[in-house]
Amino acid sequence: MLLHASGISKRFGGVQALSNVSLTASVGEVMALIGENGAGKSTLVKILTGVYQADEGHIVLAGEPTNFTRPQDATAAGISAIHQEPTVFEDLSVAENIFVGMLPCGGRLGLIDWSEMRRRSRELLAEIGVDIDPATPMRHLGVAERHLLTIAKALSTNAQLFIFDEPTASLSHQEIHHLYGIIERLKRAGKAIVFISHKFDEIFAISDRYTVLRDGFHVEEGRIEETDEAALVRSMVGRTLEQIYPKAAVEIGEIVLEVSGFRHETEFDDISFDLRRGEILGFYGLIGAGRTELMEAIFGLTRPAAGRLLLKGHPLRNSDPADSMAAGLAYVPEDRQHHGAILAMSIRENVALPSLDKLSRGVFLNRAAETDLADRYQKRLTIKASDSEQLVAELSGGNQQKVVVAKWLASDPRIMILDEPTKGIDIGSKAEVHRVIGQLVKGGMSIILVSSELEEVLGIADRIVVMHRGRITGRFQREEATAEVVMSAAAGT
Amino acid sequence: MSAAVRWISGQRESALGVVIILLLIVIGLRAPNYLAPANLLNVLINASFLMLLVLGQLIVLLTRGIDLSPASVLAFTGMFLAKLSHAVPETSALVYILLGLLMGTVLGALNGTLVAGAGIPPIIATLGTMTVYRGLIFLLSGGAWISEHEMSVPFKSFPTGVRVVLPNIVWVTIICAFAAWLFLRYTRAGRALYAVGGNPAAARLAGVSIKRAEFLAYCISGAIAGLCGYLWTARFAIAYTQAAEGREFAIIAACVIGGVTITGGKGTVAGVILGALFLSIIESSLPFVRVNPFLQMAISGFVILIAVAVNSRSERSTGRQILPPEAAPEPRETS
Repeated sequence: MLLHASGISKRFGGVQALSNVSLTASVGEVMALIGENGAGKSTLVKILTGVYQADEGHIVLAGEPTNFTRPQDATAAGISAIHQEPTVFEDLSVAENIFVGMLPCGGRLGLIDWSEMRRRSRELLAEIGVDIDPATPMRHLGVAERHLLTIAKALSTNAQLFIFDEPTASLSHQEIHHLYGIIERLKRAGKAIVFISHKFDEIFAISDRYTVLRDGFHVEEGRIEETDEAALVRSMVGRTLEQIYPKAAVEIGEIVLEVSGFRHETEFDDISFDLRRGEILGFYGLIGAGRTELMEAIFGLTRPAAGRLLLKGHPLRNSDPADSMAAGLAYVPEDRQHHGAILAMSIRENVALPSLDKLSRGVFLNRAAETDLADRYQKRLTIKASDSEQLVAELSGGNQQKVVVAKWLASDPRIMILDEPTKGIDIGSKAEVHRVIGQLVKGGMSIILVSSELEEVLGIADRIVVMHRGRITGRFQREEATAEVVMSAAAGT
Repeated sequence: MSAAVRWISGQRESALGVVIILLLIVIGLRAPNYLAPANLLNVLINASFLMLLVLGQLIVLLTRGIDLSPASVLAFTGMFLAKLSHAVPETSALVYILLGLLMGTVLGALNGTLVAGAGIPPIIATLGTMTVYRGLIFLLSGGAWISEHEMSVPFKSFPTGVRVVLPNIVWVTIICAFAAWLFLRYTRAGRALYAVGGNPAAARLAGVSIKRAEFLAYCISGAIAGLCGYLWTARFAIAYTQAAEGREFAIIAACVIGGVTITGGKGTVAGVILGALFLSIIESSLPFVRVNPFLQMAISGFVILIAVAVNSRSERSTGRQILPPEAAPEPRETS
């Protein structure tokens, strides 16, 4: 056994990310690490690669107890992680990317030995069976080739344990098969592999053993031939819904939004659904399923290649967010840090921004009306600030998020698209967000809830639409939706 | 704490005001004749150009842009109007002002089209037009100078003509600064500039048109440069190809000294006016304290670098991450 991690626990503030988790990896074997979003897989990987330090537990590598305090320690010990989106230096060559940080130097002056670097690059690339000229600029390489390069880089550091963190998310079918081939090679070369994936076909195709995590706990492990998909889904999802997802009883009304035949060149295809008054429509899917891209198109941020939008039966032509807002739509983006608040502005200016049409007198602003609006929403969402003139930059993270939500609520939309509204916030705040969502639909608003958290969608949505690779692969009424069916629709099986 | 932070940031302008007064005292000790009313008025007249030009630059900088072309626009417009004054001597000052504004707006609109329409990075777009406009002056003039005796009396006399205590040019500056303040504080278009510069993605989501804001900003910057084209040429009674060449640096530096961030979304009219005043006083006083002309340039540059360094230090403390680590985004899987 090459790696034996046991009793690993890790806490972040009030959140127990991992509790007494173990993971093993053996030479010449692929260990699949399986779990839902938030199960703790990434945290575990980060501990194994020295990014985080475990609060408790032991990591034994090749019989030696280890304690990584920095990522470099893990690399030196022979652990290498290959991530979903490899980070590379676009404008440097393949060879430079492989050897960055340990450029071979020679001669008395210690200058870079270019011919040596190219020679060793060629050797490493040959080792994994790819034919790329080491002098090629990185920019010219596709995602798959970049993955291969990361693997070559790992080989150059003499890695013994390879951790693949959802490496196939952005790969084509053919590229995935090439990757399988390389993993086979690595196995035969006596390396140990940990493979993280949501996709059952992949797990069954290449793994020898599996470990399931759920909510930071180690649920089970075993040999892959002794289990099947249904059993894996059960142990991944496992528990019943708790009371953190209160569902408000709301009368569902007429259809307010109809999306038909939405298609995008690269992101999604054949999307049709409708939304009713007072309804919470959940959109579930794995990362990269195309949900955010779809919502951006519906809101007019991007233009779909085809498709029609009917708002209360009338066609809506929104080539711009301003049109959508005028029609009563609001979009709270997933990436609140970049798309959310304007930090250099006050709470008042942020909250008023989407509502300036209503608040202003012609081209002139109405500060009194802005203050009034901001004060109301500051109170309603209990934003902690001295007053609405305080700069958003001075607020705490949680309160900044509230400002973002407040500004969209203040625009008084009829339809609100919430993209991952509870991502990265603690359980208490989550319940608060769900309570607000309940209030909103009670007031007659309709909500599209995009979420990667299965329990959230199951807990508060009236209907659930599931997407997989840009297509709708499942539609469920609240009553018929179970974790198992929704999850397998999301996995595209 | 927030009140304290706001107090300090509100103090930036007053602090700059205090620095300016201290500066005047120090200069007065070394060269008392600098503080003579006639000289101070002269300093104020000459500082007016910078104070006007920073208003336009402020508006562009707010959108995360930069305008390198105002000095060229100034020289081009000045040359054109000087030729007009030679050809039609009886033209009134109001016509020059309006024509200057108009020509500047057109030249600025071209910048705006390149940046907002064609999506060319502002520094490249305006570097290009800066050179192009400068080159066009040569086409217009054939390289010749237009000097004092070729300009009409109404053309030359307006900027320094006194009306209610102050020279016209100072009144123009006051009116423009007031208009800019009103625009930025009380209009939707002004608010849009701050929003676009503060966070373009968020502004767009909130229905603010980024292109419109950018286009408008370059038009305004051009208009002010065009206006200055007339005032500058008339004040110094000379039009030539290299007029005001190299002033771009002073314009941008004055903005930065006045607390404008190059990264957009932050800056006030009071700040840039004081920044321009500060820089003008430094530049105009160095000959009085008998500093070697070459050393003068070095000192100006040095002062600017110090001001920028101080500015970027004070910037660093603000701008917190929206999700601090203790809000626990990390234990969540991003995959």
